[in-house]
Amino acid sequence: MSSDVPAVVEGDATEIKAVPVRRPGRWLAAAVVAVLVANAVWSLATNDRLQWGIVGDFLFDGRIIDGLVKTLELTVIAMVVGVVLGVLLAVMRLSSNPLVAGASAFYIWLFRGTPLLVQILAWNFIASIYPRITLGVPFGGPEIVGGDANALITTFVAASLALALNEGAYMAEIVRAGILSVDEGQSEAAQALGMTRAQTMRRIVLPQAMRVIVPPTGNETIAMLKTTSLVSVIALPELLYAAQLIYSVNYKQIPLLIVVMIWYLLFTTILSIGQYYIERRFGRGHARELPLTPWQRLRRSLTIQRGRPALPLAQRNTGGGFGA
Amino acid sequence: MSDQHTTAPATDGPMVLAEGVRKRFGLVEVLKGITLEVGRGEVVCLLGPSGSGKSTFLRCINHLERINGGRLAVDGQLVGYREQGGKLHELREKEVVRRRAEIGMVFQRFNLFPHRTALENIAEAPVLVRGLPRREASTRAQALLDRVGLGDRGDAYPAQLSGGQQQRVAIARALAMEPKLMLFDEPTSALDPELVGDVLDVMRDLARDGMTMVVVTHEIGFAREVADTVVFMDDGVVVESGPPAAVLDAPQHERTKAFLSKVL
Ligand SMILES: Nc1ncnc2c1ncn2[C@@H]1O[C@H](COP(=O)(O)OP(=O)(O)OP(=O)(O)O)[C@@H](O)[C@H]1O
Ligand SMILES: [Mg+2]
Repeated sequence: MSSDVPAVVEGDATEIKAVPVRRPGRWLAAAVVAVLVANAVWSLATNDRLQWGIVGDFLFDGRIIDGLVKTLELTVIAMVVGVVLGVLLAVMRLSSNPLVAGASAFYIWLFRGTPLLVQILAWNFIASIYPRITLGVPFGGPEIVGGDANALITTFVAASLALALNEGAYMAEIVRAGILSVDEGQSEAAQALGMTRAQTMRRIVLPQAMRVIVPPTGNETIAMLKTTSLVSVIALPELLYAAQLIYSVNYKQIPLLIVVMIWYLLFTTILSIGQYYIERRFGRGHARELPLTPWQRLRRSLTIQRGRPALPLAQRNTGGGFGA
Repeated sequence: MSDQHTTAPATDGPMVLAEGVRKRFGLVEVLKGITLEVGRGEVVCLLGPSGSGKSTFLRCINHLERINGGRLAVDGQLVGYREQGGKLHELREKEVVRRRAEIGMVFQRFNLFPHRTALENIAEAPVLVRGLPRREASTRAQALLDRVGLGDRGDAYPAQLSGGQQQRVAIARALAMEPKLMLFDEPTSALDPELVGDVLDVMRDLARDGMTMVVVTHEIGFAREVADTVVFMDDGVVVESGPPAAVLDAPQHERTKAFLSKVL
């Protein structure tokens, strides 16, 4: 396998040594940026009104941490339900049955066409139009299970419903674009082999659609983490509302908002890193070689500097090389 | 190949029997009454200008397209229908799929699954459709790769294979379902000239092993050498058919002569 791999730069024999082009403009730009950044950091760090001590006091405050946990819970619930719903709605939308496709189109139209903030409020007040929620025979027949809406739809349930159902509409469009991006020859080949339409969708089309679906889904997840702060309007103590509750008593708005921002930034950063690795995984089979991870790139530049043989320019995608 | 089959043939009549097959797309009639017979173990090459309906006819044979008129039967069974009490009943998906699995198809653009390795491409359908244990399917897939001369490339993804190698994997993938009939839709048209030979060699071997094949091709040399029957189609009808020597060397119809003068 290794014999037909294109030659890798090996040692000094083939390495070109040349004087690099001088780029004074770059150095100047870098210097200007560095001065500006240093100044901004200095002004933040030395501004007493920011009260960094208070930021530190509240960063791990029990109420803040509880709020953070709620924010993460809402994000996970909304995204998991949203993705499942999105796949379902996308498959429905592409159905040849006009009623099924129409129902999906209507759902998407409704949930994308109204502000999420309004939907959150509406779910919170749903008990006023349906005081009892029941599962039973349609059109007012006998009920099997049921309960008081105010008890069933807690603020947390209302918030989860609003976020998840809204997300479903957006995910449906993302999944649909993914499915449509897969060449029709793929389903044709799968069906010619005797796969049913469901098998074709599950085993052949969706896995390939993932390449198109995953990046925007990562963005949606990051956006959702921040969007959950909207449910503070229904007094659900997620991260933002937890902070609001605290500063409504001690009036330390800015330090507490900084605490909130630090937590959001930490988790959006973690999600971005996760997104990078997941995208890399779903690119499998599409590029001949996978791009290096930042870690691999770092290692490579270190080994080159020490004058040892460099790692291959890109990691091999699979065990197989590409020979004649 | 065909003797490995578990399901006994329904009849000992022809493998494919088309009588006045018609196919419309919207208002455009693409097949205007195709009548054609493919015997067991026979190799039929379909020739004809672009747009004459060759691909459409192939796709009708494994029910990727539904016919609008005439009769089309594979191995004695109507394609897509069941005849009962003088009436035609549409088949359920399960039944359509079962019959389709017995017909292999090879496409001009290979259509390998890019997210699966060569070996996985071949083993996928036997596991999913036939319920074969994955280990056994992999062993068989490896044997098929050996047979098409790619025994050492099982781990490669399609993007890492040349066009000719991809097409040979695609043939192996179709053979993995142990089909009783193979359909080829211009299997070498997307290949660089120097890669065509390897694919034709594999097809030649298949024909020698007694596989029933319907091949849409512009490779006149291959048709002359391998085909039992050459069929020339134009504008949705069969213009003429017969042994290669007759159709290719002494065509009776003007349209056949005109076409052959362009491709030869
Ligand atoms: N799904 C479809 N919808 C509408 N028209 C179609 C469809 N598929 C094929 N056609 C039309 O049917 C005619 C026959 O097409 P077909 O692909 O069978 O021709 P062909 O003989 O295979 O040509 P080629 O040599 O170019 O592959 C063409 O005019 C084509 O535009
Ligand atoms: Mg065609």
